[in-house]
Amino acid sequence: MSAEHHDDHPEDDAHGSYRSYITGFVLSVVLTAIPFWIVLGDVQIHLWLALSIIFGLGAVQIMVHVIYFLHVTVKAEAGWQVMSLVFTGILLLIVLVGSIWVMTHLNDNMMPAHDQIERVRDLN
Amino acid sequence: MATPTHPTEPAEGFDFYNTDPASHVDGHHETGTLLGFWIYLMSDSLIFGILFAVYAVLGQNYAAGPAPSDLFEIEKILLATFFLLFSSITYGFAVINMQQGKTGKMTQWLLVTGTFGIGFLVMELLEFHHLWHLGAGPGASAFLSSFWFLVGTHGLHVTVGVIWLVVLLVQVQKHGLTEANTRRILCLSLFWHFLDLIWIGVFSFVYLTGVLL
Repeated sequence: MSAEHHDDHPEDDAHGSYRSYITGFVLSVVLTAIPFWIVLGDVQIHLWLALSIIFGLGAVQIMVHVIYFLHVTVKAEAGWQVMSLVFTGILLLIVLVGSIWVMTHLNDNMMPAHDQIERVRDLN
Repeated sequence: MATPTHPTEPAEGFDFYNTDPASHVDGHHETGTLLGFWIYLMSDSLIFGILFAVYAVLGQNYAAGPAPSDLFEIEKILLATFFLLFSSITYGFAVINMQQGKTGKMTQWLLVTGTFGIGFLVMELLEFHHLWHLGAGPGASAFLSSFWFLVGTHGLHVTVGVIWLVVLLVQVQKHGLTEANTRRILCLSLFWHFLDLIWIGVFSFVYLTGVLL
């Protein structure tokens, strides 16, 4: 932290230090490399395990960016920054989970199963 | 980033969102611009969230056309990902140098950042060009419509970020590191890191998942 601006902020990490950026960067490189390695290295694991790792590490990397690059802290902007972030996160969760849930079920009902087609054919 | 005496700040300060007088002197928010910009980023992430939801719903409707595994070249996506990641850390170094008042070094780091950003955009344009010539344009299937819309919106944001970066570099050259320019560079840093964050979702969900499924 630049001492001339932030004397009054002993714990301040508001806009980062070399250490925090490099920590975030190294973590991001690892968290990026593993999912790409799973796909490019043709690692023989179960599809759902591979997807869980990709999504799990993606979520962790998003947290790493939020903490080390965007420097979101509970104290920044008197708490409003983390508050709006959590609020947006909840909205995104509702939108994403809701859309996927509803629309996959819609697809189920839209796809005529084989026996349904046969039944319609028999009507003629 | 505050100096206690902001030239355009009223004597009592802007405290419309902060009712705690004690935290007003901590020099954290001289105007609320950064918080306002943060709120903009949150609304922007809702836009991206909806585009991700659209892709999640339509992403497997290939309309007998090409599927992700026929189209995506993961090695190139990995390269583009690292361009963005490097540009994030170089922007961080620029901000650190700015806070130490080193205008020259800050400018150099910002130029490096812009170069990585342009590198990312070139990779993306090459990919779009490649897809277009394969007949996999946005009109080919619902999967490709949602793909072009999501990735294109992200690319458009990066383009705007690069333009903003160039404009800021010109401003810093002309006027130096004024209070306003410092604030703008901090806003752009939030924007830039935010775009890298969105890209994590894109490469995980669109590219890697698309190739696996």
